Amino acid sequence: MQILKTFAVAALGATALAGAAMAQEVTIGVSIPAATHGWTGGLNWHAQQAEMRIEEQHPEIDIVLVAADGPSQQANDLEDLVAIHDIDALVVLPFESEPLTGPVRNVKEQGVFVTVVDRGLSQEGIEDVYVAGNNTALGAVSAEYFLSRLGEGDNIVILRGIPTVIDDERFNAFMDGIEGSGINVLDHEYANWNRDDGFEVMQDFLSRFPDIDGVWAQDDDIALGVIEAVRQAGREDEMFIVGGAGMKEVIEMVMDGSELIPVDVLYPPAMIATAMDVTVAHFTSNGPVSGEYILGAPLITPENAENFYFPDSPF
Amino acid sequence: MTVQAHEGVKPAKRRFSIDYHTMGPLLALIVLCLVGFVLNPAFLSEGNVTNLLTRSAFIGIIAVGGTFVITAGGIDLSVGSMAAVISGIMIIVMNGAIDTMGVGVQTVLFGCLVSVVLGTAAGFLNGFMTTKGKIEAFIVTLGTMGIYRSLVTYFADGGTLSLDFDIRDVYRPVYYDAVLGVPIPVIVFALVAIVGWVLLNRTAFGRYCMAIGSNETVARYSAIKVDRVKTLTYVIQGLCVSVATIIYVPRLGSASSSTGVLWELEAIAAVIIGGTMLKGGYGRIGGTVVGAIMLTTIGNILNLTDIISNYLNGAVQGVIIIAAVWLQRGNLGHLNIFRRKPSA
Repeated sequence: MQILKTFAVAALGATALAGAAMAQEVTIGVSIPAATHGWTGGLNWHAQQAEMRIEEQHPEIDIVLVAADGPSQQANDLEDLVAIHDIDALVVLPFESEPLTGPVRNVKEQGVFVTVVDRGLSQEGIEDVYVAGNNTALGAVSAEYFLSRLGEGDNIVILRGIPTVIDDERFNAFMDGIEGSGINVLDHEYANWNRDDGFEVMQDFLSRFPDIDGVWAQDDDIALGVIEAVRQAGREDEMFIVGGAGMKEVIEMVMDGSELIPVDVLYPPAMIATAMDVTVAHFTSNGPVSGEYILGAPLITPENAENFYFPDSPF
Repeated sequence: MTVQAHEGVKPAKRRFSIDYHTMGPLLALIVLCLVGFVLNPAFLSEGNVTNLLTRSAFIGIIAVGGTFVITAGGIDLSVGSMAAVISGIMIIVMNGAIDTMGVGVQTVLFGCLVSVVLGTAAGFLNGFMTTKGKIEAFIVTLGTMGIYRSLVTYFADGGTLSLDFDIRDVYRPVYYDAVLGVPIPVIVFALVAIVGWVLLNRTAFGRYCMAIGSNETVARYSAIKVDRVKTLTYVIQGLCVSVATIIYVPRLGSASSSTGVLWELEAIAAVIIGGTMLKGGYGRIGGTVVGAIMLTTIGNILNLTDIISNYLNGAVQGVIIIAAVWLQRGNLGHLNIFRRKPSA
């Protein structure tokens, strides 16, 4: 009984404290790369959506969203967020891991709750929460699909992204996945996550290789360029193309049961919203939130495509 | 092409200079093609050659305009962003015009008209601010480069603007069709180059450009309307950008913030590889055409072979560009022995 009472008092006190905390403004800074290509465009859109939604749900929370054009500008942004906006929490998608590890650590040392998204920092233990897509799974899931469609002696070409860790993780996981299957990788070239480059690289692959059974573009922007090149060559019936990310145009094609783009693999720019929600939960929920959240990279098929379709998003 | 030095500003030993000037970049291109063929015979297949020429049309057309700007001593860094924003607005306009104008050639023509108007206006703006505003061209166009790039990002909401699928079917042939086996973009490229050549080498305007590029003050004392001519070069550049976008949009039917990134540098590189002086005073349209084709060829050859690591593609491009210009300048230096030394 006595114990119960103590509990009750403690609980009351805690509620009162929580109430006081709630009344206080919580400022969350969100720092992401500017919309320089399709995926970051989606990222910015989803971040803005999440900002509106969260601020509406929680009047006491103020979100400051800043987009940077490069790593050094992002480092400046982080300083400004602390100095000017006096943030309580930071959600950051680092432009690059190495140059931003120091600046994010400085923010952490000011006692700010830190959530890192997608690109991990190069030093462990700085962030409270880590939310990321799974590049290795993206490669592995894609490889699995190729195994289900192709076999011994079939030829594929690969269009890679920009030479980065992200690209390497995807590529290596894919190569591991198809190892020993007898699927023949004719060549792989960088297409820089860009439609025009995808178009041109694929044109060259098409004039170079008379027999291609599959194309792994590992990105939807590249995939859309590849489609045009394949159409121009009139070789739509020969091969299929697998992109990645979950761009709405590509998901539409998957939904329509396209032969050329039968599936897509998810790498959602909406992960920024997940990260923001988790960070908000740190201030509003009674459950613990610290830890790592690795999102899946599911295969998007005509059956489940609807779940991944955001017609209003620019991506 | 071989007689253009007649009208140029270089006097003595004309006949020698004609051959070396013209042949320099062309020789480099021929060597490059031979290398390509040896590395992969598919290089000279009909499909690949048409791909190559069609691809070089964008940069080529823009570079023809750039030749005027650079010859007259200016520079335009905004062309890549300008191409992106014009493509974006064309797409928005055409999508919006479907309701009133329907899906048909008239809508596409309307889009093209908008493109030409925008290109002219954007070029005029660059020229006007450079001449009347007395701001260096580098700064003006650096500014407009940033403005146009963010405008297209803004219009696209950070994503991609896509042309309506029905309109695309109408517009698509402009990029993908061919007349007598020659793709339309290549024909447009050739026409632009011919018009540009005549304008630069056979008209008073062309001579004024070279005169201004050589020495603006002297040109002014010679009663050349320097500001007007310089502004006109930027308008020509803008027009060329709009022509390039008119054949670019039907290719992928989309525009985004990654459209036309670094085209300005490729165009400038094409102009310089072709033998035009970066400091102005002397321009060659024929060389620019060769330069543009050469730049595309390098990328194409690298895609057709896997003996060079992917990581080194940029390095190979850099080496070839420098080597090509060195050949060009090397010949110039050689010839300078025979003539009075030019100011550099």
